Amino acid sequence: MEIILAIAIGVLAGSGIWLVMRPRTYQVIIGLSLLSYAVNLFIFSTGRLGPRAAPVVRAGEAGDLLRYVDPVPQALVLTAIVIGFAVTALFLVVLLASRGLTGTDHVDGQEPEA
Amino acid sequence: MLLVLIIALPFAGSALAALVRSNNRNTEAWLAGSIAVAEIVLLSVLRPAVMGGGVLRAELAWLPSAGLDFVVRLDGFAWLFAMLVAGIGLLVVVYARYYMSPADPIPRFFSFFLAFMGAMLGIVVSGNLIQLVFFWELTSLLSFLLIGFWHQRADAREGARVALTVTAAGGLCLFAGILLIGHIAGSYDLDQVLASGSVIRSSPLYLPALVLVLLGALTKSAQFPFHFWLPRAMAAPTPVSAYLHSATMVKAGVFLLVRLWPVLAGTDYWLWFVGTTGLITFVFGAYYAMFQQDLKGLLAYSTVSHLGLITLLLGLDSPLALLAAIFHIVNHATFKASLFMAAGIIDHETGTRDLRRLSGLYRFMPITATLAMVAAAAMAGVPLLNGFLSKEMFFAETIATHDGSFVDAALPYVATLAGIFGVVYSLRFILGVFFGPAPRDLPRPPHEPPRWMRFPIEALVLICVVVGVIPAMTIKPFLTTAARSILGEATPSYSLGIWHGFTLPLLMSVVAIAGGVAFYFLGRRRLAVAPDGPPVIRLLAKQRIFERAIVMLSWRWAKTLEEAFGTNRLQPQMRLLICTAFLAAFFPVYVQGAWPGSLGPSSIDPAFALVWAGGVVCAIGAAYQAKYHRLAALILMGGAGLATCITFVLLAAPDLALTQLVVEAVTTVLIVLGLRWLPKRLEAIPGDFSNAARLRRMRDLVIAVAAGGGLALLAYAMMTRPYPAGGIAGYFLQHAYAEGGGTNVVNVILVDFRGFDTLGEITVLGIVALSVFALLRRFRPASDNLEGPEQQHFQDIYDRAHPDRHEGSTLTDYLAVPAVLMKLLFPIIGIAGIYLFLRGHDQPGGGFVAGLTMAVAILVQYMAGGARWVEARLRVHPLRWMGFGLLFAVSAGVIALFSGQSFLTALPANVTLPWLGTLPLGTVLLFDFGVLALVLGATVLMLIALAHQSLRRIKNPAKAPAHETEVA
Repeated sequence: MEIILAIAIGVLAGSGIWLVMRPRTYQVIIGLSLLSYAVNLFIFSTGRLGPRAAPVVRAGEAGDLLRYVDPVPQALVLTAIVIGFAVTALFLVVLLASRGLTGTDHVDGQEPEA
Repeated sequence: MLLVLIIALPFAGSALAALVRSNNRNTEAWLAGSIAVAEIVLLSVLRPAVMGGGVLRAELAWLPSAGLDFVVRLDGFAWLFAMLVAGIGLLVVVYARYYMSPADPIPRFFSFFLAFMGAMLGIVVSGNLIQLVFFWELTSLLSFLLIGFWHQRADAREGARVALTVTAAGGLCLFAGILLIGHIAGSYDLDQVLASGSVIRSSPLYLPALVLVLLGALTKSAQFPFHFWLPRAMAAPTPVSAYLHSATMVKAGVFLLVRLWPVLAGTDYWLWFVGTTGLITFVFGAYYAMFQQDLKGLLAYSTVSHLGLITLLLGLDSPLALLAAIFHIVNHATFKASLFMAAGIIDHETGTRDLRRLSGLYRFMPITATLAMVAAAAMAGVPLLNGFLSKEMFFAETIATHDGSFVDAALPYVATLAGIFGVVYSLRFILGVFFGPAPRDLPRPPHEPPRWMRFPIEALVLICVVVGVIPAMTIKPFLTTAARSILGEATPSYSLGIWHGFTLPLLMSVVAIAGGVAFYFLGRRRLAVAPDGPPVIRLLAKQRIFERAIVMLSWRWAKTLEEAFGTNRLQPQMRLLICTAFLAAFFPVYVQGAWPGSLGPSSIDPAFALVWAGGVVCAIGAAYQAKYHRLAALILMGGAGLATCITFVLLAAPDLALTQLVVEAVTTVLIVLGLRWLPKRLEAIPGDFSNAARLRRMRDLVIAVAAGGGLALLAYAMMTRPYPAGGIAGYFLQHAYAEGGGTNVVNVILVDFRGFDTLGEITVLGIVALSVFALLRRFRPASDNLEGPEQQHFQDIYDRAHPDRHEGSTLTDYLAVPAVLMKLLFPIIGIAGIYLFLRGHDQPGGGFVAGLTMAVAILVQYMAGGARWVEARLRVHPLRWMGFGLLFAVSAGVIALFSGQSFLTALPANVTLPWLGTLPLGTVLLFDFGVLALVLGATVLMLIALAHQSLRRIKNPAKAPAHETEVA
């Protein structure tokens, strides 16, 4: 399991980084989304894999890490997903405004000089 | 408490002075004067306690956790210095009342002046070294403001800038030195540092600490080679020069050397650094001063020289020399302040300070002339005046043997030579200005100044004479106490007599005076017509070395560096960022090793492998297609997101899976809405396939593969290592139900344990939504996007061609059956959202996912019916949802305050309702409802604002490329 997740994280991050370095704004926005999947999965995986139950305890029970997975990375990733959405939205609108103003979708606001 | 007032009073006065509205010189002067008088009274009240050799201390807790307290500490030396600061401050206030013109911004002057007095007193009575550095830098800053008081003048701005650059840079060195000393001594408290002198001197860090502290002190006291800021600071109003550049600010450096004398002195390094610097400054300052043509420039260089004398005395490293140094600090302050004031009067009443134009002023202002003559005689070291006494002590010290080196042997001769120079410039000041033929074509006809403008000089000259004639009855007790507070038991016995018989020091004085007079009369004709500044060195000064260095540092090199490493283009910046991040992660991993840990890999779930086989293909496909096939890339990205979502399901993170799924949907809708406004990109148009471009892409590919591979390796290494003990996860799991009252630990963390973080987070979300909204209000699409989409165009042609249809029919019919179903889904999705919200505390769900789900319910309606159809039936007020959401979340926190708990403490309240069963309606639910409302409002706001762009009638579309005026 670990090796699959590690490869997944690596591929997502590599694809995201490749796109983030591209010249078109749309490539960058897709790249940031892929990169955020990778980072979220990485943070999530710091809680380690393994056959444990979701962090939902029974009423009146004091949970422990032997039976339940780590809830802290999950709480972190949950907020990261929502903020990631907000960042994507903001970036999309900036991208659109820049395209409207400059007439190009190049990240520098002007086509590169040939 | 009285002690704290010493510092607090001037600052309070400064604030008050700034508030006086009218430009009334009298009100301001009375205010500043009464503050100075209050200081003097305060110090007089405290005098008996200090005179016995006692040390007064007052402490206020400042940062007790870091071992820092605000300590006011008053001993004999600090008392003498504080009295000097307050006393001369009072006289300068009186003088400034007449000197400043009503046209100047008087409140500003006195406000800065009083703040400076406070900062100076802060240095003097600080019992904590960090605090001392704070006030030290404050004096640099305020002196900048005071020197540049006439900021309309270029030379004032220049002088202020140079002074600030030099003294504040020195202050930073001092700060570093003090940190080292504090590190060695284990405390920043002055008493403890003074007690650990031998520890500090034997520490290997002693030398760097000494050099850094000396850099601070010597820059402040304008010692060679940092002396050049002082003559330039003469662009300041004369009261400022009289106060800062004779009595206080420049004395802060030597004050600190005296203060830390028991700690730092007594080594060869001290002798060499301090002694040599002092000697060079003493001689060169006096040499420079002789050739000055500006009255204040002459005084400035003579101040440099006298400060060098004090530094030299401190460097000689003997108790008697220290005593002489303290004595000369006081003496120099009195005669130099009065000379500055006299120079100011001459400038004020004649309109010029040029020695070549001034002469014969005695007949116009005999009283001022007499006073200036006495003060200048004190400066030259003429008997019966205070300057003679300390100079005599200085000569005696130079004769005494110190380390027996060549420099030591030459010291008396060099000192006498500088003494001769001192007499020459004093004579130039007096004879050049007051005697000789009557001046011609002065800017203003000269006359005596107002009565009270002369008063401060009279008072200071009186002190010069009284101390000079009966030193033992006036200054000696104060001097002894001051010296004892530094030296303790080692205080030498000394006699402050005028007559010690025919001794060597007396001979040196006589030689200096006689030599000076002879020198002056031999060279005065040449001096009178020479250009400003000493020969040869004058040419060096013209090179403006400091300015060149500053320009070099702050402009040329910076520009070169910027050209070499800076770019306005995003791609190189991203590349640099990624490479830096990669290296930052790489090095620790390289050192520690990132090989698989001890945990064996768990068995592979084939379903999981299959999911990621698809996910990996999706991710790479998205990366490959994002340039030409945007929709395909978006769908592929969604596929990768779905794989992530399934991962969360399989690995026991139901909350994440839910949130990811809904966010995925919302993001896709969002980007699809945006696609409409992007330019067409056709594969048919050839791209850049030059070798350079291929190379660029290859390099980026290598970076991407390296970073991705590195992250994969890191993730694998981390996952195969055991979970570190002592994390906070166990605590949360254990206490989630007992203290948070919920069984869904993730939700309890979000709304209870880390509720404050969540509050910040939803605030950010709200701000982002508002930014998106604001940006879209100003949105101007590019010209090629103004027409409707191509598809719509063809639909319209089709509709027009058929008589039974009208334009838009196809659009309405499009996906008619799914649209009906989607409209019916509104209540179902809405109820699902409410359900997720209510169960959130105990089961997977919660405010975030519930808010997003309800937003989806509304979005589905927009997709099915179009914006006009929805808005005719449903009133969505996203801004209100957001506002109330934030309000609810904050009020949930505030309620806890009312019950005496801290902000955002969860208060449980279980309510049993018919049919619904027991509900946990505590503040947690209120908070989570706030989260829901805000997430719902923000999401809907962003999406609707974007959707509405297609409906807007664009009045004046931007032309491509647009000009800046059209941004508005």
